[in-house]
Formats: sequence, structure tokens, C-alpha cells
Amino acid sequence: MEDNSQTETATPALGEAPTEASQTIRVANSRPEITPDGDTDQLKITLGDFEGPLDLLLYLIRQEQVNIYDIPIARITDEYLRYLNLMQELDLTVAGDFLVMAAQLIEVKSRMLLPRDPLAEEEEMLDPRAELVNRLLEHEKFKAAAEMLWSRATVERAVFTRAEIETDKNNPEVVVGLFDLLRVFQEILARHKEEILLEIEREEISMAEMIDRLRNMVRSAGEVNLMTFFGRAKSRRELVVAFLSVLELVRMSEISLVQSETFGAIMARTASPVEASEMSAESTQ
Amino acid sequence: MSKAAKATNVEAQSEVELQSSPGDEIEGHREIGDAELKAIAEAMIFVADEPVSARTIADVIKVDREIIDKVLADLVTEYDSRNSGLQLREIAAGWQIATRPEHHEQIRAYLKSRPSAKLSLASLETLAVIAYKQPVTVPEILEIRGVQSPSAIKTLLDKRLIIAKGRKETVGRPMMYGTSKEFLIQFGLKDLTELPSIEDFQDLAGGGE
Repeated sequence: MEDNSQTETATPALGEAPTEASQTIRVANSRPEITPDGDTDQLKITLGDFEGPLDLLLYLIRQEQVNIYDIPIARITDEYLRYLNLMQELDLTVAGDFLVMAAQLIEVKSRMLLPRDPLAEEEEMLDPRAELVNRLLEHEKFKAAAEMLWSRATVERAVFTRAEIETDKNNPEVVVGLFDLLRVFQEILARHKEEILLEIEREEISMAEMIDRLRNMVRSAGEVNLMTFFGRAKSRRELVVAFLSVLELVRMSEISLVQSETFGAIMARTASPVEASEMSAESTQ
Repeated sequence: MSKAAKATNVEAQSEVELQSSPGDEIEGHREIGDAELKAIAEAMIFVADEPVSARTIADVIKVDREIIDKVLADLVTEYDSRNSGLQLREIAAGWQIATRPEHHEQIRAYLKSRPSAKLSLASLETLAVIAYKQPVTVPEILEIRGVQSPSAIKTLLDKRLIIAKGRKETVGRPMMYGTSKEFLIQFGLKDLTELPSIEDFQDLAGGGE
């Protein structure tokens, strides 16, 4: 709605009455405006929603009120380039598409200047502007189609269908008894417990802390049953950390592991350097 | 006056029903009178979430498709003749009951709804190209619009107005796009053939001078 009203009010400001044709290309706020500012040379520019080089070209053709089938290519090319300069001055990013079109325009312009080769094939005798004109017409057709779609959509937005009917799909009815409710409540409680367990797991001790713990236990008791040590682990992960810390301390020769009988309890003791070397000697045997 | 007209209408229908009901059974089903058929079809269209096809209605009621077509045509006239606030209309290959656009202001005021966001010009143009040239690839759209339209394509896909229609067997195997059922619904079209021919826009475009 806003777009439309803007365009409506902007049109009279154009001064020169727009032709019927110029109205056909108007889709929402598609028309950019250049209005001379009083008697100064300054131009006021309102850039509309137009974005492509074809749009710009069409706009210039309408602005100059020239026949699309007989475009004064030199004039339009100059206008086009002037517009590109303006856009650059205004720090608008000039997309590559615009520059490509500029090149094409200049090419057509130069071909227009050359005398036609009388011996050329019929195909080459075609107006150098033909391809451009066809593209412009094709483009404008789709602009008109877009306008048609726009008005259709506007009408369609004024049409309402009924609100959604409640069905099992969008609103499954609740048919439960007291016991169902109890069961659900228990499930919720159970879930709550799990959550608490998870919180404890997050506070698990690190590898360094576990090593310290083992070291302290061995130091204070002289000898620690590994089963007791592992038994203190509260979770699987903690157990793994505990196991790794045993391996680590053994590797660093801080403790040694002693098993008095096969399948017996494994005891961790402070390792004396001698013992450590003995042990490694034993293992190599 | 319209009430009276309706009353005579109903009478006439019940007469027809009485005349045709004895012995006129189809495939062992109880024959349903035209008036009842009309009522059932109308009710089905009313409860349907999206446009419901005459074929579906015919299958559910177990009568010939042609009969349903006629019943629906009658219903449309009925709605129109009594200046109903509702219209029965064909859209996206199905039937739908909807309000009339004339009353949109009051309906909107009641629903407290605002007109939904419009498509940008770029999106509309891209949509127009896709609607008329489908299935069409992005480079082909670029050729006509003279400008890249990646965001427009994305918007249209997001709004489910267009859908991917496989890849074109050419260099780079670009994705082809076409319009969706949602497109028909949002633009109030029965089917794609209802779109005015693109050549009709020629006069508008060419008649510049």
C-alpha cells in the first residue's frame, strides 16, 4: 500500500505528463525519479525499486519519450552513462550487470555509426539495436506480468478462508484418568532425578585431582587397595579417570602395584626407586 | 424475495427427488438426491483444510464426477444469487469456500489482522519469469531480468511459492524451478492455464509510442 501511494504522488512531480506506456511499467515503487532542483544544475534523485540495467534503460526510454523500436542509441547511451556516474557519485554500488549493459550500448552505438556492408548476409543487415529491443520488450512483458501477479495477490489477500477446525491432528484431546496422571507425574519425578544425577557428573574431578587423591591415599596409608580406590569413583567416567591416574603414577614411578596372589587384591604402594627398577627388571625377564 | 426464491427452489428440488427416487439405485447404494448431494459437497468443502477436488468429493460420496461438477456449479450460482458473504470458488485444482474481497475491511477489523507482507518487485518479477517459463533455471531468469536474483529465489522458496523441479541436463546441471500449489492458492488461480498469456502483455510493452 505504501509503495503504491508513493508512486501515485511521485508521478505528477515528474512534470512532463507520463504517457500511457510509462504507466504500464509501473509496478509498486519501481520508478526512479530525477527531478531538476529549481534553476540550479543539481538533480534530485529518488531511486526506486528498480535494480537492473534493463530497468534503467527502460526508464530512460520512457523518460526521453522515445519509441522503443527506434531508440536514439547515442542519446540513450549518454543518458545511461550519466546515470551510472551519478550512481557512482552517490556511492551506490554499481553492479557488474550495469557495466555490461554500458559496454553493449556503446557497441551498438558504434555499429550504428558504421556504414552497413551492402554485401553482408541478410542476417547481418538487421538493425544492431534489434537484439537489445527484443530483450527490453521481453523484460517489459515480464514486468507487466509481475504487475498482474501483484494485483492478483492483492485481491487474494482480501479473501479469507475459515480458521482451522480442531481435529485430533492439531489438538489431540486428553482422555486420561487419575492413574494416568499419577504415572505421568512419576515419570516427571524420575526425569527430575536423572537431571540431578547429571549435575553431579558435571562436577567430576579432573585427572590432576584424581592423581592427587591417589597420591595422598598411598602416602597416608602406605598401601591402598585399588578396589577401595576405584570404589570411590561415582561414575563410569570418574572410574576411567581413576584408572588412568593409577597408570600415570605407575609410569612416573611414584607408586608400584603389588599383587600377593593370583586374582588377589592389587595394592598400590609408594615406589622406591630401587623397587621401580626391580619391577622393570622383572617385567623384562 | 431471495428467501421466497430459495423456498421454491427447494420445493422444486424435492419434487425432483420424489420423482426420481423409486427404483433408481446405482450400484446398490441408496440414491442421494441432488439437494442432499449439494449439502454434502458443501459441507465437505467447508471442513477441508485446503481446496478439495471434485474428484475427491465424488469418490467419498461414491457418485460420478460429472454429477459433482454439476452440483458444484449449482452451488456457485446459489451463493452468488443470494449475494452471500461467502463464495464457492475453484482454486489450485480444488474447491474452496472463502469470503468475498469486497468485505475485506470489516473482516480484517474483526480478525484484527493486517495485510501480510508483500513480495518485493524483484521477487515478483522473478516469480513472473518462473511462472511463465517453468521449468526454468537461474541463468535463464538472469537472461530475462538482466540482473541476478539469488535473494528473490530464496524468498520465493521460503514462501513455498516455487519448488525445485530437478536439474537441467546442460553444462553445470543447474537447478530448474517451477511454481507450486501454494502459488496457485496465493494468486487465486485454478491452474496455470488461467494465467493470461504472456503475449497479451506484448501490447502493453510495445505500445510505447
